[in-house]
Amino acid sequence: MKSIVIIGTGLAGYNLAKEFRKLNTEIPLHLITSDDGRFYYKPMLSSALTNGKTPGTLVTASAEQMSEQLNATIQSDSIVTAINIDAQHVIVDGDIVSYGKLILALGAAPIHLPMYGDAASEILFVNNLNDYSRFRRAIVKAMHVAIIGPGLIGCEFANDLINAGKHVTVIGPDAAPLGRLLPSEAGAVLRDALAGIGIEWRLGVVADEMIFNNNCYRLRLSDGTYIDADVVLSAVGLRPNIQLAKQAGLKINRGIVVDRMLETSATGVYALGDCMEVEGLVLPFVMPIMHCARALAKTLAGNPTKLHYPAMPVVVKTPAHPVIVSPPPVNVAGHWQITRLNGGVRAEFRDGNNQLQGFALTGSATADQQMLTKELPPLLP
Amino acid sequence: MKKWQCSVCGFIYDEAAGLPEEGIAPGTRWEDIPDDWECPDCGAAKADFEMIEVPA
Repeated sequence: MKSIVIIGTGLAGYNLAKEFRKLNTEIPLHLITSDDGRFYYKPMLSSALTNGKTPGTLVTASAEQMSEQLNATIQSDSIVTAINIDAQHVIVDGDIVSYGKLILALGAAPIHLPMYGDAASEILFVNNLNDYSRFRRAIVKAMHVAIIGPGLIGCEFANDLINAGKHVTVIGPDAAPLGRLLPSEAGAVLRDALAGIGIEWRLGVVADEMIFNNNCYRLRLSDGTYIDADVVLSAVGLRPNIQLAKQAGLKINRGIVVDRMLETSATGVYALGDCMEVEGLVLPFVMPIMHCARALAKTLAGNPTKLHYPAMPVVVKTPAHPVIVSPPPVNVAGHWQITRLNGGVRAEFRDGNNQLQGFALTGSATADQQMLTKELPPLLP
Repeated sequence: MKKWQCSVCGFIYDEAAGLPEEGIAPGTRWEDIPDDWECPDCGAAKADFEMIEVPA
């Protein structure tokens, strides 16, 4: 019997394997990962300090334990260098691994903005547990951490670091944090609330250059000022890992393009998670993974199941001022209705028919989340 | 009071804290949460949660 081969053991790869095993215990599963195959909850990285977690205690299961739980072969520390669609195999460190079905759960990689200066190579990026271990070692003695990127990851790390007693500066070109997700007024309230717990904002600027300065780093900003920091973390977005798919001739756009069955342009090759794009949507969050894993597991188990996405609000884990946001679809015209409350912002995006198409809730207004989510149309009906 | 962790994304439901933003009062036991309740972070089902040991 030919194996189902899954490349990637992040939340997407492992959750797909788990969901599949709920339905089928017969078909062999072979997971391949470039890391050590430890299972951990990536969303917990950006609140680990607050929760007293270390990289070690963030690990839920070793590769051996996952192998046993899933009754699967887990090939760790292995790099897939090529996919051969016609031969139906992948090349892993020079060896051939044949597949009956192939699933790409390759994730995404942090975007590296161009940066001048002799210390630019010391910028840290955190998108997995190994990166996170490196980051935790770096901040042991750090008093001041600079974060480039006032987006979701940047704000969550900033809150976590402040809770750990660090001085934190967040740098970015937008006027307010979470510029891609929040209407500006809600972003301003978040900015002020996080400033209230000590986060220093340098907004409306970018960091042009990073140089060594005695025992720390100096970031020169585009307004001519500079920030000295012991550690510099960059969190400016993720780019889906499409290279393997592209080389194999699969259809790619921003992500690896799949249809509603999560199948790529090659029969028998599927994709899910941060690397995947379906109907123009690339959603680097956890909720889409859960829906994809369930649908694809059913399809792989012999029950072809179309992917549906309900409304999937994103929770931003900034405990000082939590945010829950469901951004309106890009192609929908409408306007924001913003209500300032005592302790938060309630923002509703309605279209020409007064239908709710998106919302943003901050602080105390997050209590209304369930009610508004119910009003939203499904993202992929 | 126990803690329950989502096996998909790691979200923790703490019985002592409840989930006031979803109308679940502090102290609400796991068994008293509706069966159709989903993980607020990732949408996983109640059945996908596991009870975790609370460190001393």
